[in-house]
Amino acid sequence: MILSKIFKNTLIVLAACLVLSACATKKEIATDIKGSMQGDVYTGTDTVEYLAEGVPDRVFFATNESILTTASRETLRAQAAWMRKNSSINVVLEGHADERGTREYNLALGERRANAAKDYLMTYGVSSDRITVLSYGKERPVDSGSNPLSWSKNRRSVTVKAN
Amino acid sequence: MIKKIITLFLFLILIPINSYALIEVDITRGNLDPLPIAVSPLSIDEKSRKSFEKVLKKKNIGEEISSIVENNLSTSGLFNPLSKDAFLQAPDIANLKPRFEDWNLIKAQALITGKVNYVDDKLRVEFRLWDVLAAKEMMALAFTTVPSNWRRVGHIISDKVYERLTGEKGYFDTRIIYVAEEGPKTQRIKKLAIMDQDGFNNKFLTLGNELVLTPRFNPTSQMVTYLSYFKNLPRVYLLDIETGTQEVVGDFPGMTFAPRFSPDGKKIIMSFAKDGKSDIYTMDLENRIVDRITNHPSIDTSPSYSPDGKYITFNSDRSGYQQIYIMKSDGSDVKRISFGNGLYGTPVWSPRGDLIAFTKLHKGKFYIGVMRTDGKGERLLTENYYQEAPSWSPNGRVLIFYRETKTNDKGEGFTAKLWSIDLTGYNERQIKTPNDASDPSWSSLLSN
Repeated sequence: MILSKIFKNTLIVLAACLVLSACATKKEIATDIKGSMQGDVYTGTDTVEYLAEGVPDRVFFATNESILTTASRETLRAQAAWMRKNSSINVVLEGHADERGTREYNLALGERRANAAKDYLMTYGVSSDRITVLSYGKERPVDSGSNPLSWSKNRRSVTVKAN
Repeated sequence: MIKKIITLFLFLILIPINSYALIEVDITRGNLDPLPIAVSPLSIDEKSRKSFEKVLKKKNIGEEISSIVENNLSTSGLFNPLSKDAFLQAPDIANLKPRFEDWNLIKAQALITGKVNYVDDKLRVEFRLWDVLAAKEMMALAFTTVPSNWRRVGHIISDKVYERLTGEKGYFDTRIIYVAEEGPKTQRIKKLAIMDQDGFNNKFLTLGNELVLTPRFNPTSQMVTYLSYFKNLPRVYLLDIETGTQEVVGDFPGMTFAPRFSPDGKKIIMSFAKDGKSDIYTMDLENRIVDRITNHPSIDTSPSYSPDGKYITFNSDRSGYQQIYIMKSDGSDVKRISFGNGLYGTPVWSPRGDLIAFTKLHKGKFYIGVMRTDGKGERLLTENYYQEAPSWSPNGRVLIFYRETKTNDKGEGFTAKLWSIDLTGYNERQIKTPNDASDPSWSSLLSN
């Protein structure tokens, strides 16, 4: 009974591999996840847009965290420099959470994340009255998937030009 | 079965005159043995039938109302309405004097009969509840209303029958406010919607131009408080369902969210987020005085009052992660009450006062559960991939919540629906909605 079940499962796996032509597709996805996350913080670039050359618009967070990573701080320093250079530009920092949390807590978490980014911009010389914070909680994911990679893209604070 | 008959027999000997609780339905046990009940269609004379057909476009309003009662009793999980095909007695004669042997024969233990008339442009209904085994009338009531209220008539009859047989108030003449959802997850369109507790009379209250979340009923009136992103400013709003008037109440420089009414309906309690911290505030709706209740660098949100208004339960991550706390309503004596494995959110105090319902996240699963107000006696009622936001029926016996399920095995696509479950953990049911749905809130009884 058990043996036949194992045998059956093996057959299914084999069949699946054949369909995917030697599992090439599967492997690609696997490396993609590995290469795009550090811990569970997204380090890829496929959702990132640019405010100006060399100025990425967003930073990413670990699950339930609002701590800025080294890469995030680098991004925010570039944003601060760009804002100092373009003193007429105001921004909205949009804070987001992934779907794996309760709605109200995630609204607060998104607000906390955006404020972490705001504080950092302020320490690099951007005046607070040029920055508005807006939390969307988990209401506006950028990736609608339900897997660790999608969630990592959604835990973000995005700097958006307000004028 | 034998035991039940003996109990009834003893009861009759002890109190032969007082007919109180001849049949008793134990609502604390779950739906293992629902009570067989016969709902005879409300009888109607031909003249009344024609009048209602003209006004309401329903062929036989008596049968329509009875099927509302049947459906309510059946979904409660406590009753087993018997098939009408087996009924031997005609509705009009049964309402005068049931032939109990006939109803006994089809194993009905209780029987509902009644009649409906068209009188002076109004709907007049009378109904009776009978104990078949004891061959006795348990209750007889009559009332008059406008014909367009015919669905409510069915709900009121259901409530009266439920109350008479269980000893507790019913929850059928109630409404649910919720968020109707459509569109892709990345650009979800959300509208406020309201419907009867059984899913009928669905109505959209907003157009979907701005994001709306977490509507909650005022326990004392038909007012609703909710979060709207009108003009991209997330603020707490008030909505009068009868007049459609909306006004902002949480217009502070920051985000106000997670609103709920106090039990007397005079205050709104909510979170206010600014500079990365969320605290709990109240606003008196009469004089607009704002009180700060918590002051902590952590996230404090999802506040909910105890029914006597003396305590507040809320969600905080001051311990490092989301947990459930209680405090006095002035913010003093803060105590953490959730200590199980995992994260806890969305605490809601039961209208009976003894329990707090919550959402729990543990090892990638979401649970709806209840615990006592000291945090002990945790019981998880249902487990799923994703579900949250329980809201209590006004009698504290049923929870409504929402759940997202994947549309296929690969985890692609999703659908969000409202579900209800008994406090016993039995009787889980999906509530039909025209669109996807989330964030349900249960109203108080519309009538008493």
